Amino acid sequence: MTQTDTRVGPATAGPTPGRARPFWTTRRRDQLTGYLFITPQLLGSAVFVILPLVLVVWYSLHEWNVLAGTFDFVGTDNYQALADDPNLGAVLRATGLFSVGLVVFNLALALLLAVLLNQKLRGTILFRTLFFSPVVVSLVAWTIVWGFLLQDNGGLNSLLDTVGVDGPNWLRGEGTAMLSVIVVQVFKNVGLNMVLFLAALQGVPAELYEAAQVDGASRLRQFWRITVPLISPTIMLTSIITVVGSLQVFAQIAVLTQGGPGTSTTVLVYYLYQQAFQFHHFGYGATLSIVLFAIVLALTVLQWQMRKRWVFHES
Amino acid sequence: MRARKALRGIAVALAGALALTACGGGGGESADNGPAKLRMTVWSANEAHLKLFNEIADEYRKSHPDVAEIKFDPLPFDNYTTTLTTQIAGGNAPDLAWVFENSAPDFVASGALQPLDDTLKKAEGYQYDDLSPATLKLWQNDGKLYAYPFSTSPFGVFVNTDMVKKAGQKTPAELIAAGQWTWDNALATAAAAGAKSGKAGLVIRDFDYKGWDNLSTFWTGWGAQAWSEDGKTCGFNSPEMVEAMTTLHKATFTQKALPGPGTTADFFAGDSAMTVTQISRASLLKDGGFGWDLVPLPAGPKGNYAVVGQAGLGVMKKSPHAKQAADFLAFFTNPTNSAKLAQFFPPPRQSQLTAETLAKTNPKLKPEQLQKVVIDGITNGVVKPSHAGQAELSQQVRAGLDPLWQPNADVKAVLDGVCAKIQPLLAK
Repeated sequence: MTQTDTRVGPATAGPTPGRARPFWTTRRRDQLTGYLFITPQLLGSAVFVILPLVLVVWYSLHEWNVLAGTFDFVGTDNYQALADDPNLGAVLRATGLFSVGLVVFNLALALLLAVLLNQKLRGTILFRTLFFSPVVVSLVAWTIVWGFLLQDNGGLNSLLDTVGVDGPNWLRGEGTAMLSVIVVQVFKNVGLNMVLFLAALQGVPAELYEAAQVDGASRLRQFWRITVPLISPTIMLTSIITVVGSLQVFAQIAVLTQGGPGTSTTVLVYYLYQQAFQFHHFGYGATLSIVLFAIVLALTVLQWQMRKRWVFHES
Repeated sequence: MRARKALRGIAVALAGALALTACGGGGGESADNGPAKLRMTVWSANEAHLKLFNEIADEYRKSHPDVAEIKFDPLPFDNYTTTLTTQIAGGNAPDLAWVFENSAPDFVASGALQPLDDTLKKAEGYQYDDLSPATLKLWQNDGKLYAYPFSTSPFGVFVNTDMVKKAGQKTPAELIAAGQWTWDNALATAAAAGAKSGKAGLVIRDFDYKGWDNLSTFWTGWGAQAWSEDGKTCGFNSPEMVEAMTTLHKATFTQKALPGPGTTADFFAGDSAMTVTQISRASLLKDGGFGWDLVPLPAGPKGNYAVVGQAGLGVMKKSPHAKQAADFLAFFTNPTNSAKLAQFFPPPRQSQLTAETLAKTNPKLKPEQLQKVVIDGITNGVVKPSHAGQAELSQQVRAGLDPLWQPNADVKAVLDGVCAKIQPLLAK
């Protein structure tokens, strides 16, 4: 009596002439398992990413009067309105200013804090916790508290007053309002980037610094020649996250300045919200959201392409 | 083959999009077969208000088994209209909704609301003719009434008499008696009281250098208007407005009668000597807090005047239970319930606009205060500015006025700038 060894399949024995190849091969079973694992994610992406994207494009071709209940096809009228919008320049300027300010301040401060807190000194754990704690605080609560601090007669100016400095009306000045919103956002999220930088710094081999010290390299030279190149993948990651996040800022603007004074802090997402939900121009709001999507996509692709130039190594 | 599959995928996605669009834009037009569940959006979460509403609703449901539930849904005051329109866009429109006066032209003219005349006139014992025609004006279109003005609330000046007396100033009541209750004197009194106490002088409540429509309580005294009666011409750079805003600017930055931008002061917490607000805020006064008075708005260069804020109650046309909702609205606002609501919301019923009636439900206010501020105010007052597309206009005016709130602002130039911004919107 012979027994067929099913573990030795056609791959090793070769197909038996005149006998059908079994459908459920190991390869197919593995493929099915893989597809089943990613099905929830694919469904989620289809329903919550792809479909809304298609919907937004569809809405941008329509004039939707919510109150009147009308939904009329207008073709490219909303895109023409975009080209003719007198506010768009100011809005894009404010958006760019916020993004640049946030990225520069956030990454620089996060890296500085990470380098400082990477030292083997007493109390670093406490400081790491302190700097990270705003990340877990409710964004709106954080912003409201900062709103009080930044008032003309608020906490910050009272503090400045004690050292004889007459502080500005932070949220009312065209220049200081944007600076205030950036600073509030930097302090909110700097801890997250700081933790990522800390993790990267701890992955830099100590022997590289030792070798550099033997060669007589200064601390600053070590930082630029060893630290920055070796943590460049993390710099890349944090810059993408921060840039994308900066383009989506909303709650801070809504709570602190409502886009003012003038239109100095009216960033694209806030303008989109105004057009769609306050002015009831839902079609135009959809068109603006496509502009936002295009900007985010372009910047992300650009950053991804630039990694070849300045990211030291990638696995 | 691959292209065909891709096309099929796009078709499915678009079909889904269309289906969702229909849901979003359509707003639940399919009627339920069972008893109706009504929802009314309101901007008050005040427990006393909601208790009264629920009592009226419970009484209605006793005699109307076709209505299973009436829910009052408080939305945040600051974003009320935005939230309401978002609910409508999302296919979750309420059956009944409160509407601010500044949204009235949009809601009334768009056809979003159901006409109410027939239902109200036919309702037993409703006394439709008792409604003051002046209070209905904002809510009518082509002779039809689209919302019931359940609250017509005049602005007055609440005064912290303790603070005014401590500053050695005549109280507003004394100034009124002497025929000297003018804005000049009011601002001087506020400045003196503020300087003496170290607190704020006069606060135009809810203005905060953003909610500019509340300034109509001030500039109307100069005969100024945000725009012409027909809504086509900007009024911000009129000589009257320039004069009014120049006075306000000086009062803020030179005289220090008003707290400057970015400074908060709550009259009812004792932080300021006076506040311009509506009488419904009297409920915020604490017993034994400080001596206070309520007086009419001071006279401007053009004499005495009054400004009122209004709120309407309408039935959404797309409500699957619009008939029951309109019937409930008729019950909610009939003479009996209107008298109950009058304790919080000055009613549009002429028969109930008497000091005696209002005094019964406004224990904190004296009959003469009710007569001078409320009844005379409703009779003679102008409504705060409202216009079709008010949200966009409001935003443009806010942004245009921002440069005015600087100590060295050129008032005329700023106001010219406001008109340059909004004239194209007004001309639409």
